[in-house]
Amino acid sequence: MEINIQPLVPEIIMAVLALLLLLLELFVRRKETVGLLCIASVTVAAYYMPQSFGKAFGGMFISDGYSVFFKFLFFINLILTVLLSIRYIVIERVNHGEYYALMMLSTLGMMIMASAGDLIVLYLGLELMALSTYILAGFIRHDIRSNEAALKYFLLGAFSSAILLYGITMIYGRTGTTGIALIGAALAEGTVDPVLLLSVTALLVALGFKIALAPFHMWAPDAYEGAPTSVTAFMSVGPKAAGFAALGRVFLTGFGPLTGEWSVILIVLSVLTMAVGNILAIQQQNIKRMLAYSSVAHAGYAVIGVIAAGAEGLSSMMNYLFIYALMNIGAFAVVITLRSEGFQGESLHDYKGLSRTHPVAAAVMLVFMFSLTGIPPTAGFIGKFYIFKAAVAAGYAWLAVVAVVFSVISAFFYLRVVMYMYMHEPEGEPLTLSLSPAIGLALLITTVMVLIVGIYPSPFLAFARIAAG
Amino acid sequence: MVPLHWYLWLGSVVFAIGMFGFLTKRNVIIMLLSIELMLNGVNISLVALSHYMQDLRGQILVFFIIVVAAAEAAIGLAIVIALFRNKATAHVDEITGMKG
Repeated sequence: MEINIQPLVPEIIMAVLALLLLLLELFVRRKETVGLLCIASVTVAAYYMPQSFGKAFGGMFISDGYSVFFKFLFFINLILTVLLSIRYIVIERVNHGEYYALMMLSTLGMMIMASAGDLIVLYLGLELMALSTYILAGFIRHDIRSNEAALKYFLLGAFSSAILLYGITMIYGRTGTTGIALIGAALAEGTVDPVLLLSVTALLVALGFKIALAPFHMWAPDAYEGAPTSVTAFMSVGPKAAGFAALGRVFLTGFGPLTGEWSVILIVLSVLTMAVGNILAIQQQNIKRMLAYSSVAHAGYAVIGVIAAGAEGLSSMMNYLFIYALMNIGAFAVVITLRSEGFQGESLHDYKGLSRTHPVAAAVMLVFMFSLTGIPPTAGFIGKFYIFKAAVAAGYAWLAVVAVVFSVISAFFYLRVVMYMYMHEPEGEPLTLSLSPAIGLALLITTVMVLIVGIYPSPFLAFARIAAG
Repeated sequence: MVPLHWYLWLGSVVFAIGMFGFLTKRNVIIMLLSIELMLNGVNISLVALSHYMQDLRGQILVFFIIVVAAAEAAIGLAIVIALFRNKATAHVDEITGMKG
């Protein structure tokens, strides 16, 4: 029997290079080099991506436009967060090389999740991603907050994957298969029964934990606040996007015949998520925690794309996640620059008068805050616009109205940061920003991209539409 | 021969015990054990289903679950040890540095 491994080439490259990096790290004294090698490895994997289209292992592994779009998103996420980390992990005194290898392995897990054509592969990808991220969240071993973040993330993550497995078991017993497309075919002719509904709910709960949908978001604020800021940026984008990739594939292909049943649950979760994320963000004084609630809220918006379903809904969701990745990592990059030796820089009050002391950093933060609110001409507006457009086209106009109301509420806490930066006098000792060429590059890329996508979005929209098929 | 639904009931009861333990116990080690129970409940159901349907997929998944559970336990215990070094407790109600 001939096995076609062509679709897996980028994953194989990632796995081999991540393990090589782990070995190489023993001999390289300067850990910055490991970071740069990590970026180089990702570029090699990305180079082989266009030739990877196809199916492997009897449809268990699918490389199509949908998965390739997500994989590029994961690569952007990885490259940007590595750029953020290079200086930051020195400040946190955890400058170890395995940090970069873990990020690569986590990204590999996400890639496998996006390509999963079978629930077994999905589970393996999910665990590879999650286990690496648990370690990264607790990477500052001497900091109790980091330990606590890792513990909370780990306990709820392991709990949710057990629920996922129980859902897989029930669907396996009911349909006799674990292939996502085969499940869809088997369900198309059968009737709806309680076992099926229970398994759909179990999968929804488990993936809801991964993308932090309310009421399964409890881990997110603590894990995001306590984890190293660079890891927070990484895990607020990557695992969430991977969760969405799995959600889109499993629910639209596998549970397609049950759309009427699960879309009701998902609508409730979406409204609840937007409410919880936006309203609880208002009272936060720690900017990482505020951004954590904001990322919960953004998952609520992106889920609307899955509810709207079809190529239109999927492409709007993918487009939203792409834009969210840029603006969220950008915002965390600014948060990281405020952290310096002996200064946390996580309180909102630290931003007072930033426009006087550091006008460029304040202006960049302004762009990201506007974009997260969804104010034109930034990318955040385009992302929300197409999500709402897809919702209206699918007959969920009221849901779009609810989402708009919640984005208005979100303006309060995003623009409060802007108000602190521009309308308050600096207080206390003058801030010193810890800048490095790498973080400067990351800030440049994210700012420019947020503005370009905001002003001229058509190529990006077309890319997402082609990818969604 | 033992009917299939006996195994499925056993699996679901073991899973439910694990879930109950996870939600009610406050010691991290017990919570880890509860997660293992949940996974083994899943394993019982999968092996039974796989055997009765004469299909190997279920058993393959069981192997993967066992391997991943081992990795998960290793990482979970490592996190608990790292936490214990900074704050000598394994009780989740005392690990509340962050709130809100």
